[in-house]
Amino acid sequence: MDFGNVFLNPEIIATYMPQMVRAVWVTIWISVLVVISGLALGAFLAGLRAYQKRWLAWPIVLFADLMRALPPLVLMLILFFGLPSLGVILSDWFVLYLVLTLVLAAFVEEIFWATLTSLPRGQWEAGAATGLSFNQVLVNVIFPQAVRTNIPQLVNRSLTISKMTAYGSVIGVKEIVSVAGSAQAFSGSATPLTMAAIAYLIIFFPAMLLSRYVENRFHYDH
Amino acid sequence: MDTIINAFFNIDIMRQAAPLLLKGAWVTLQLCAVVIILGISGGLALGLLASSKNAAVRLPAFVFIDVFRAIPPLILLILIYAGLPFIGIRVPPFVAVCIAFLLNNSAYFAEIFRSGIKSVARGQTEAARATGLSPAQTQAYVILPQAVRNVLPDLLSNVVEIVKLTSIASVVSLTELLYSANMARAVTYNSSPLVMAALMYLVVLWPLVRVISRFQRGLSISS
Amino acid sequence: MSASQPLPTLEITALEKRFGETQVLRSIDLKVANGELVFVIGPSGSGKSTMLRCCNRLEEPTSGAIHVNGKPMLGITRRDLDRMRLQVGMVFQGFFLYPHLSVLKNVTLAQRKALKRPAAEADARALEMLDKVGLKHKANAMPGELSGGQQQRVAIARALALDPKVMLFDEPTSALDPELVGSVLKVMRDLREGGMTMIVVSHEMQFAREAADRVVFMDGGVIVEQGIPDEIFGNPKSERLRAFLSRVSGEAA
Repeated sequence: MDFGNVFLNPEIIATYMPQMVRAVWVTIWISVLVVISGLALGAFLAGLRAYQKRWLAWPIVLFADLMRALPPLVLMLILFFGLPSLGVILSDWFVLYLVLTLVLAAFVEEIFWATLTSLPRGQWEAGAATGLSFNQVLVNVIFPQAVRTNIPQLVNRSLTISKMTAYGSVIGVKEIVSVAGSAQAFSGSATPLTMAAIAYLIIFFPAMLLSRYVENRFHYDH
Repeated sequence: MDTIINAFFNIDIMRQAAPLLLKGAWVTLQLCAVVIILGISGGLALGLLASSKNAAVRLPAFVFIDVFRAIPPLILLILIYAGLPFIGIRVPPFVAVCIAFLLNNSAYFAEIFRSGIKSVARGQTEAARATGLSPAQTQAYVILPQAVRNVLPDLLSNVVEIVKLTSIASVVSLTELLYSANMARAVTYNSSPLVMAALMYLVVLWPLVRVISRFQRGLSISS
Repeated sequence: MSASQPLPTLEITALEKRFGETQVLRSIDLKVANGELVFVIGPSGSGKSTMLRCCNRLEEPTSGAIHVNGKPMLGITRRDLDRMRLQVGMVFQGFFLYPHLSVLKNVTLAQRKALKRPAAEADARALEMLDKVGLKHKANAMPGELSGGQQQRVAIARALALDPKVMLFDEPTSALDPELVGSVLKVMRDLREGGMTMIVVSHEMQFAREAADRVVFMDGGVIVEQGIPDEIFGNPKSERLRAFLSRVSGEAA
């Protein structure tokens, strides 16, 4: 048996390359959107929670707990199959984007909140004493420090959740896994699956190295 | 309101689906037990290799860790389950999941153990060696206990991630919790079984998530 | 109060502060005239820091009134409070520079955001103030690279850059190594000579003797005695002040 021919058949690679490249782009742009909106939403929620209003904090904590405790795949299936019975029909990629954004936001909120509560009170007071408003202290003094101390965690969590774009295959998003899966079924070859694994390596291996660099760079910085 | 209750919290349908879901939950539980033990053992071994002073040992460990952290576990699982039969190896879903999880989880656990080992002061090794402990004894009795304590929150949160991750086994038709719930949904044309599965995950994972939050806050205050 | 009398720069009237059951401040009255340096002494727990922190409402008074140049600090909107705080500079025991910003940015942040000064003007003002505290050459350093004494001088420059009417010093040298105390006290002395109105809570009795216009002794949440330094240190009237002074000089010896 020719191992290479099964997992890396040149003809099959050539046939499915264009589809695979398109799928890689889908994976990349959904990931980028998720990371941008997840970080922004998570930071925003942590900021809201800093106002120390119970009616604001409770829903945020509940949201963060649920999103961290539930498997994203379960959430996706509930939205994808459940919402239509309420007359709300979301496209497959939007369900993927929405769920991953919410999950990332939940983790980011917790990461920021832990830092927000642990910064010395004096940082808040020094800002207030110089006439900065609460919002100005939050934006100019507290958040920059929270970002700095948490860069490794934020990078790692963003990467982990970006890889969950693979779950899109379950609801039919034309990303890497789903394209590879149907290509494998059509061609009767394992090669498209190998191509998918290699595609992820090309995207995320450099990202892993980057996260190592970031970790070493920022680890002893505070 | 009624439509929402009917579509997501339909008690009749949940009652019908309950036996199937409980069976699925039992499979998920067994799966968790196996893959967590495999992942921690593999991760510990790999983490020790990655902490080695010898670059010839350390570098391959790093490559393994980064490769399997870069590949989504779902594609790994499909590659094993659907790919291996092409070279004549047919593995049942449960075994395929175990192999995929071993590769993926070991990499993640290894990274946690490695950072834990790195967090233990150098002087600890020297002190232990100076009292005549062998390198292996030093690791086992002095370094690892401290390392594990330092990364306990990370270990716990990785366990939570793994429990959630077992839901991808539904993709290769392993009849675990999510697969059973999704099957019940398809049969009843109603999403309540999925909500029920979500609640079952919550019962186990919510308390853990709370504990992790507590941990994180305590940790960042002390540091 | 007669119309001819000049308005006090800072006026504290019947100030009370309770933390739950504990009464920390009871009926404090204090007027600080323009250009005056008032030095506050007293045992720990006497309420002197709390009084200082009430002046810019980092601590919320339970009752009473505080006026800066005749304008109320209490019973005003959040936004007006932020504006009033610009007139009250504060220096903390723990410095609290922003560790993620350069020295220069530490001094320009509130100028830009709270005073809305243009960047060039804020930079110029910051450099001027840094020069005043002898740290112009450190403008581009990060706070973590500075000694404690240098950090505290930057913190003073940060407050001064906002042109406050009064400066509050909350144990500014207590967290410093002994050899670094002098540089901070020198900056404070320069400020006094420049006519800045100051309230200083501190244990530096020598500095109080030399530089203070008036010394206020607090104990148990009340002002027990006040007067010029020579009187307070040379001829204490109350038993409590005598006990405090002998304890302090005993520690110093």
